[in-house]
Amino acid sequence: MINFGSGNTVIKSKLISRRMFVLTAAKTIVFCGIFGRLVSLQINEATKYKTLSDKNRFREWKLAPQRGVIRDYFDKEIASNEKVYQLHITPENSPNLETLFFRLKTILNLSDKRIFYLKRKIAKQKPWEPIIVSDNLTWSEFSRINLFLHELPGVEPIVSVARQYPDQSTAHLVGYVSQVSQKDLQKKQYLKDMSVGIAVGKTGLENKLDKDIIGKVGFQRYEVNAFGKRIKQIQIDPGESGKNYRTTLDLEIQKYTSEVLEDKAASVCVMDIYNGDIITMASSPSYDPNSFVHGIDKKYWNELISNEKKPLNNKAIAGLYPPGSTIKIIVALSALENGIWNPKKYLNCSGVTELYGEKFHCWKKKGHGPMNMRSAIQRSCDVYFYEVARLLGVDRLSETAKKFGLGKKVLDGFIEERPGVVPSTAWKRKFIGKNWYLGETLHSGIGQGYFQSTPLQLCLMTAQIANGGFEIKPRVLTNEKKNNLREYIKYKNENPNEPLPIDMLVSNFDLKPLFRNQENINFVKDAMFAATNEAGGTSFRSRYNDQKFMFAGKTGSSQIKRFTELQRELEIKQKDIDYKDRDHALFVAFAPYSDPKYAISVVVEHGGTGSGSAAPIAKKVIKKVLERDQLRENVKNLIGEEI
Amino acid sequence: MFQPRSIQSSMTFRDKIMSMDYVLVLSIFLLGIVSMFAMYSTDGGKFDYHTKSHILRFGVFFLMFLVISLFQIRFWYQTSTLLYLSFFILLLGVKYFGLTSSGSQRWLNFYFMNLQPSELMKIGLILFLAKYYHRISTQDVNRIKFLFLPVVALVAPVLLVVAQPDLGTSILIALGGITVSWLAGVRVKFFAYASILFISLTPIAIAFLKPYQKARILTFLNPDRDPLGAGYQIIQSKIAIGSGGIFGKGFLNGSQSYLDYLPEKHTDFIFTLFSEEFGFVGSLFILILYSIIILRLIKIGDVTRSSFGKLYCYSFATAFFIYVAVNMGMVLGLLPIVGAPLPIMSYGGSSMLAIMLGLGIAMSCKIYKDTPVN
Repeated sequence: MINFGSGNTVIKSKLISRRMFVLTAAKTIVFCGIFGRLVSLQINEATKYKTLSDKNRFREWKLAPQRGVIRDYFDKEIASNEKVYQLHITPENSPNLETLFFRLKTILNLSDKRIFYLKRKIAKQKPWEPIIVSDNLTWSEFSRINLFLHELPGVEPIVSVARQYPDQSTAHLVGYVSQVSQKDLQKKQYLKDMSVGIAVGKTGLENKLDKDIIGKVGFQRYEVNAFGKRIKQIQIDPGESGKNYRTTLDLEIQKYTSEVLEDKAASVCVMDIYNGDIITMASSPSYDPNSFVHGIDKKYWNELISNEKKPLNNKAIAGLYPPGSTIKIIVALSALENGIWNPKKYLNCSGVTELYGEKFHCWKKKGHGPMNMRSAIQRSCDVYFYEVARLLGVDRLSETAKKFGLGKKVLDGFIEERPGVVPSTAWKRKFIGKNWYLGETLHSGIGQGYFQSTPLQLCLMTAQIANGGFEIKPRVLTNEKKNNLREYIKYKNENPNEPLPIDMLVSNFDLKPLFRNQENINFVKDAMFAATNEAGGTSFRSRYNDQKFMFAGKTGSSQIKRFTELQRELEIKQKDIDYKDRDHALFVAFAPYSDPKYAISVVVEHGGTGSGSAAPIAKKVIKKVLERDQLRENVKNLIGEEI
Repeated sequence: MFQPRSIQSSMTFRDKIMSMDYVLVLSIFLLGIVSMFAMYSTDGGKFDYHTKSHILRFGVFFLMFLVISLFQIRFWYQTSTLLYLSFFILLLGVKYFGLTSSGSQRWLNFYFMNLQPSELMKIGLILFLAKYYHRISTQDVNRIKFLFLPVVALVAPVLLVVAQPDLGTSILIALGGITVSWLAGVRVKFFAYASILFISLTPIAIAFLKPYQKARILTFLNPDRDPLGAGYQIIQSKIAIGSGGIFGKGFLNGSQSYLDYLPEKHTDFIFTLFSEEFGFVGSLFILILYSIIILRLIKIGDVTRSSFGKLYCYSFATAFFIYVAVNMGMVLGLLPIVGAPLPIMSYGGSSMLAIMLGLGIAMSCKIYKDTPVN
C-alpha cells in the first residue's frame, strides 16, 4: 500500500510507458496502412470500382426487334408479322417449378420430352432469365392460361410478333426465318448483340436481307439486386424494326403460276426484259415456310426431305438442267456473230449423222429433210445444229453463252443460287482434267453433255435476246440498281424515225450491247417466232393468235438417260418410261412478239418434251402476265418511278 | 497514503463531472450519431428495426458509460477478478445453454437481450490481467511461476470461444490479453516461445477448423479463387468502398448495400456501407474519430498514476485499436474475413455493452487518476 509513488512503481510505470511507445508506433503504422488503402481504393481505383459497381447494379434485357415487311410490286405483303401468343416462365418468380410444370402440362398438353428439355434449359441459365415454354399458343390455350394465371406464379403470357408468310407460292424466293443457331451467331457479325432466340433468315430474300431487315435490337435496363430481382427500370430502348422492302414480284402472277404448276416438280421465271425486274419466280412443289418460324415439327420435315420432287429446293435458281434445244438460239447467234455460217444454207437432215464412227441422232427419227437455219430453229433440228456446232467450236459457243448470262450467278446474295456450267476446252481441262473431244462439241450444240443452267439463267438469256441484245441485270428488289434500257426504249418510241447507231446507244444510254450485228439478234427472234407461230414449229400448238398475247419461244428437252438403240427403234414415247428417267421439259419465250416486254422460262422436271408439258404452262402464264401489264405500268406512272 | 485520501475526499460531484475527458465523450457521441445514420441506411432509408434498436442501445449504453465513469477506480480494481470469473462462467453457460445461430453457439438468452459473453470477455481479461500485473513486482513478471496464471487466464476463455466457434472474437480476446502482458514487461523471448508453440500447433488447430473457416483463410490469400462463394464478400466490399470515390454516392444511395450486394451490412460491413455513401472524406472522418478516441485513451493512461490504471488504459486503447484495425483491414481486403465488429458503429448489443463498459472504466481512470487503487 505504501508503494504508491515508491521506486518500484516508478520503474514499472517507466517500463509500461516504454512498451506503450512501441505499441503506439505500431498503431500509427497500421492506421497509415489503412489510410493508404483507402486512398488506393477510393481515389486511385475509384473509376474501376465504379464500373464494377454499375456492372453489379444494372442488367439489360434485350428486346427482339420486329422484322421488316417484304411486299410485292403492288404493296401486297408477302412476308409480314403477325401477333403470336407466347408463354414465358421466369424461374425465380416461381416457388415450385415441379408443380408449375404439372399444372401447365394439364392446361397446355406439354409433352414430357418438352418439359424435360425446358427443365434442363432452366438449369443452365440464370434464374431471372425468362424461358419460352411455347412461342405460338392458340387463342384458346392463351385464354385458358390467362384464366388460371393467378394459380401459376412465374408464368407470363406474352403477346409478341412473329414472321408470317401469307402465301406458299413465294416460299422459295422469300425463304424463311427460324431460330438463330450457333452457326449463325458465329458467321453473322450483326447478330452479335442480338438476344438468343431471335429468328434469323435462313434462305432466300430473308437470308439475303437479314442484316437490314432484322432491325436494331432494343433493350430494357433495370437496376437489380444481388439476387437478380428487378428493382426499377432505368432505361428502355425499344430498338428499331427492320427495313421494309418492296420486291419486283407480282404476287397475283406468282400465285397463279403456282396453281398452273400444280404439284409438278417445275419452275417458272418471268422477267421484264428491259429493267430485269423479276415478275415471278416460282418453284414447285412448294412448302409452308410458316412451319419453320416456330421450329419445324419432325414429321413435316421428314416429309419434305423425303419428297422426290424436292419441295425445299428453289428450282429456279438452284435447279441445274442441261438447257437442251433452248441453247440452239445461242448456237445460231454465235455462228452468225462469228460469221461462220450462212443462215440460208440448207442441210439435209436424215435423222442421224456420223462423226468418227459415232452416231448422232436427231430427236426426229425419220429426219427433217432439207433445213435452213430458220427452219432448223423452228423445228429444232438436231442434225443441223450438230454441224453448226462442229464448225463453230465449243469455245466460241461458250463465249456467247456466257455473254448472255449462262454459267454464272444471276442474282446477288442468294446463298442457294448455283452458277451452272458452260463447258469449254479450258473448263474441261481444269475441272475434269481431260482434253475436249469433238463429239462433245456436238452434244453441246444441242445443249446436252456438260451444259448446266438454271431456269433463271435461261430466262435472262431469252430476255437479253428479246430486248434487242442488251445486257440487263435482273433484280428482285425495287431499290436495287436500275437498268437504263427503258430510257432508250422511251427515246425510241418518241423518235421512231431516227434510229441511233449503236455507239450512240452505248454512250448516251450507257447500254451494253451483247452483239456485233443486231441483225443476228433479229434473225434469232424471227426464228423463235416461227417456232411458235408457224405450222411445223415445235410450240405451234401453244400459240396465241391474238396479236396482244402472241409470243415467240423455243422448246427444249434435256436428256436424263441416254436413249438406247432399242428404245429408239421402238419409238418409245417419253410418257411410257419411268418418271425418274423422263427428260426434263424446257421452254423459253418472250412476249408479246410485236413489242416484247417479258421473257419467260419454264422447266418441268421429267416433263417429257418441252412442247408437250413446258410450252402449255408458258402459254397460260404469258397471258396472265400480259393481262396485268397495264396494272404494272400504272403503278410505275403513279409513283413516277423509273421508266 | 494520506494525500490521496484527501484528494478523494475533496472531490465533489461537480469536480468529478468536470474532470471527465470531454473530447473523448464528444468523439464517442459523434461516432454514435454517425452510426445511427449508417444504421438508418442499412434499413433502406426507413426508421426500422435495426435503427430503432441501435439507437436504443446506444442511448442506454452511453448513459451507462457516463454513470460507470463515476465509479471509483478502486471499485473496478477490486471487482476485476470477480468480473473475469463471472464472464468466464457466462462463457461456460454458453457452452451448455447457448443459442445457436448460423452454426455458431455464442449467445445467452436474457429476456431483454441476447448476451454474447465472449464480447464481455474482451474487457474482462484485460481487467483481470491489469490487476494481476499491478499486484506483482516488476522482477516477478518474468518468473515462470508468475507466468502460469496469466497464460491460463488467457487460454481458457480463448479456447471456449474458439469452440463456439468464433475465430474472430477469440483472436481479439487473445490479442487483448497479450497486450497487457507485453505492457507489463513480459520478455520478448516468452512471446517468441508462445509464437513457436502456436505455429507448431497450427496444423493441429487447422484440423479442427470448420470448412467455412478454412475457406475464408484460403479466400483471403486469393479472393478470386471463388468469386461467388467465400471471396464474394471481400470482392463486393472492395467494390462498394472503391465505388464510393472521394465524396461517396450520397446518403441512402449506396447501391451496393441498397441492392443487397453487401453481406452482413449492419454488423461487420457497416464501414463499407458508410464508405460507399460518404466516400473517402467520410472514411477519413471515421478514421480520425477512432484515432482521437484511441489517443485520448492513451492520454488517460499517461496521466493515471496507478499501474492498474495505466495497464488498463493502454491495453484497452490498444485493444480498441485492434478492433478497429481488424475490422477495417477486413472490409478493405487487407485481412481475412474473421467476423469482428467495428466498435460503436456495428449493430450488436453485446459489443456495444463491452465497449461502453471498457470506455467507462477508462473514464473512471481519468476521473480518479490520482487515486490509488489499493
